[in-house]
Amino acid sequence: MSVHTLTVDGMEVAVPEGATLLDAVRAAGVELPTLCHLDGLSPVGACRLCLVEMETSGHLQPACATAAGEGMAVLTQTPQLQHYRRMAVELFFAEGNHVCAFCVANGNCELQDVAVAVGMDHSRFPYQYPNRRVDASHPRFAIDHHRCILCTRCVRVCDEIEGAHVWDVANRGGECSIIAGLDQPWGEVQACTSCGKCVDVCPTGAIFRKDDTTAEKEANRERPQLLRSAREQHQWQNQ
Amino acid sequence: MAATPQLQLRCCAASGCRSAGSAALQAALLAARDQLGGAAEAVTIKPVGCLRLCGRGPLVALDRRGGDGQEPSAGSTELYAELTPEQAPALLAAATGLGEAPTAQRLDPAHPFFALQKPVVLEGCGVVNPESIDDALAHGTYAQLRRVLLECTPEQVRDQVKRSGLRGRGGAGYPSGLKWDTVALQPPGPRYVVCNADEGDPGAFMDRSVLESDPHRLIEGMAIAAYAVGAEQGYVYVRAEYPLAIERLRLALRQARGKGLLGSGIAGSSFNLRLEVRVGAGAYVCGEETALLASIQGQRGTPRPRPPYPAQKGLWDAPTLINNVETLTSIPVILREGGDWYASIGTEGSKGTKVFALSGAVANTGLVEVPMGTTLRTVVQTIGGGVPGADGPDGGVKAVQTGGPSGGCIPAHLLDTPVDYESLKALGSMMGSGGLVVMGETTSMPEVARHFMRFSVNESCGKCVPCRAGTVQLAHLLDRFVERRATLADLERLEELCTMVGATSLCGLGQAAPNPVLSTLRYFRQEYQAACRDPDQCEPLDACVLQEVTR
Amino acid sequence: MPPQAVERTTRLIRQQRGRSDALIEVLHQVQEIYGYLPPGALAQVARELKLPLSRVHGVASFYHLFRLEAPTAHRCAVCLGTACFVKGGGDLAERIEGRLGLRLDDPAGNGTWALEHVSCLGACGQAPVLVVDGQLEPRLPMDDPAALDARLDALGLTAAADPDPNGAS
Repeated sequence: MSVHTLTVDGMEVAVPEGATLLDAVRAAGVELPTLCHLDGLSPVGACRLCLVEMETSGHLQPACATAAGEGMAVLTQTPQLQHYRRMAVELFFAEGNHVCAFCVANGNCELQDVAVAVGMDHSRFPYQYPNRRVDASHPRFAIDHHRCILCTRCVRVCDEIEGAHVWDVANRGGECSIIAGLDQPWGEVQACTSCGKCVDVCPTGAIFRKDDTTAEKEANRERPQLLRSAREQHQWQNQ
Repeated sequence: MAATPQLQLRCCAASGCRSAGSAALQAALLAARDQLGGAAEAVTIKPVGCLRLCGRGPLVALDRRGGDGQEPSAGSTELYAELTPEQAPALLAAATGLGEAPTAQRLDPAHPFFALQKPVVLEGCGVVNPESIDDALAHGTYAQLRRVLLECTPEQVRDQVKRSGLRGRGGAGYPSGLKWDTVALQPPGPRYVVCNADEGDPGAFMDRSVLESDPHRLIEGMAIAAYAVGAEQGYVYVRAEYPLAIERLRLALRQARGKGLLGSGIAGSSFNLRLEVRVGAGAYVCGEETALLASIQGQRGTPRPRPPYPAQKGLWDAPTLINNVETLTSIPVILREGGDWYASIGTEGSKGTKVFALSGAVANTGLVEVPMGTTLRTVVQTIGGGVPGADGPDGGVKAVQTGGPSGGCIPAHLLDTPVDYESLKALGSMMGSGGLVVMGETTSMPEVARHFMRFSVNESCGKCVPCRAGTVQLAHLLDRFVERRATLADLERLEELCTMVGATSLCGLGQAAPNPVLSTLRYFRQEYQAACRDPDQCEPLDACVLQEVTR
Repeated sequence: MPPQAVERTTRLIRQQRGRSDALIEVLHQVQEIYGYLPPGALAQVARELKLPLSRVHGVASFYHLFRLEAPTAHRCAVCLGTACFVKGGGDLAERIEGRLGLRLDDPAGNGTWALEHVSCLGACGQAPVLVVDGQLEPRLPMDDPAALDARLDALGLTAAADPDPNGAS
């Protein structure tokens, strides 16, 4: 297997061919915030938090969705990037209705973690207070769209790993929402196998188990990666 | 072939003139011809594509000599505008020398609007019957395709395109020859060629006019491109808002297949090409190439990060060449006259001609093709005639908007800027696809910026957060300026967010969405400042007064 | 679902050889049958193209020209492209809103009419323009209120139930 050598914030790293810039950044031991990315799912490059600067061109590229190449040099922590990341998190908070204090995922929420990591304690942009729905029609799970950040992890895990494709994105722009079936109540969609993978991968408290109340959500976000390596490499690490 | 007629009436049947009643006019002309009889019977009445001055349709051109298949010279053609069906007999009578022409409707072909144009892409536009492949063939369409298939290797074709210096006319201006090479030189396997006819910029109607006026030339250009990159399957992606263009394109494709100019073993060669039309469904973002590919494959039109570029991984992960209508329509002429000929037109960095759709507060609205490097002043004032009823050095022009929602507003004092990719970019605007909207002195710039931002909010696909949520916040901020309740802190936030959305959005739509704000801030900042309510910080500028007048 | 419409849908999907990449083309044609895309028809399309339901709904709701609700009897579209905007398209929209007693881009409209905006029809040379029941109406005389009123009256753009004489102001 051939290897690519590149630098991350000046540090030299080697990654196997086929690796992404995010793999390289992690190999260098650098922490990069991510929200839409999840190991084991195809990358979409939508949350823009993992943008890195290509040192020679100055272009910004999503680390999760860009292939690492020989001789690349990337910067991950420029003041400008940190500024943009903070603003992106502000935009996430302002476009939904995120109230940590009584959220099921409080303390186990990636949006919350990212906000702490980028130092965002309030949004300078006005909160939009969108009028969204809660769907508790499924016997075991529920989806609260107020907390959804449209990362599409649920869509991808259901399509790529479970193969049920219950979820998709409807509408567009600020009107986008995650839908089940033909925008039906989740509980009525026969394609759903109730496997719970969407609950596990959801970075926030948008999709949760009905048994859980405030701050009780536990998520197993390694599940897609484990299942994928079992399926593709026949290596079972999910004992 | 029938004897070439001495008298010919070319009636514009493109959608601009259609909406002004060209179909009724043409029917009236045909009826009048039957009624008048005699000399009038020798007059050919032919539907053609766009005759350029769309604002004054329906337009009819009268050619007095059309001998030996030669095009009539300019001096022998008369042009009439805004004709009613009632005037049809008079026009025919005048044509045959039996009466007075409706002089009030007569246009001067020597007017700069016509005289300063250089038709290259629009060569056949207004000349050929868009619904007749025989007419297209009689005017030389498909001759280059046949020649190329017989005489040239794909490398030779690409070489001519490289020599021409042609750059993509969809907006970004990427060198076409380079793109063709990239696709052609991918590892062996299937390839696709795609024509982007999803012309969505408000104020742009160049591609629609080409599709409605000369579809065979586009098909020829596409077939040559497919040969040059080794594609055997292609798609034309047209926006659904252009029903006439779709109808004519589909007809043209059927005719071309019927003549063996598409399909298997084209024109006796071993080259095969299948072309299909794919109709959009109302999504501006599908003009972005990766979104367009998703839409062709029946998916939501959301873009994906590049690289890999479509030239490497496009439709069904195969190398895919995507060019817009104007780019592909330029190809047959480039091959006929040679790449060097094309490169002799225009400027150092921007070769050839560019088609503009001129509209807004301007006397002459319509389709204009001029050499690259022509100044905006020539286009807007000399060709366009400036703002109706206004005079002064800048002819009542306050700004010219280029590049649609991705472009910017260029102020009147910069009208002497030559139109080319680099100059427009340096001014904070962009070439875009070619819409030029003239704005008069009463136009409020924060309102213009909000107009475009609302457009972007509406058209954002919603995939990435800077565009989905950032444009919404920007539109709200702009509301405060339009409603004159902003603060200087809002101004700061506006600029900061514009920078962030531009730098971090996933695709061109989001990256360019702040441009109308940034360019109006650059040239008309006082209008934003005047909209701030902090009384001690609002300077009593002219703009304050101006806005009061315009509201 | 009327059986004839269901049959026609099956036929047109077969014409596309059941290829899932023809989804948008199929939706266009199904919308021609029903005037909009009812859930039953979307379910049939999903079944026969072998696509997930959510994918079909996701595509249908992404594109603005697909309607997921039954349309009103009459429809008017006002162009708010840049050229029309410069020539008073916004005022035109407001005037029609007042006349018909409805809100722009509310698919329910006033029950009989619905008014929607379009971003650009490429008819910029004729700005400002309207599309009334599929017919393009060029060059609305925004600088001549009397002529404008007469033109809008002739197009039938008056509130059927409540012909409010002040509605046009």
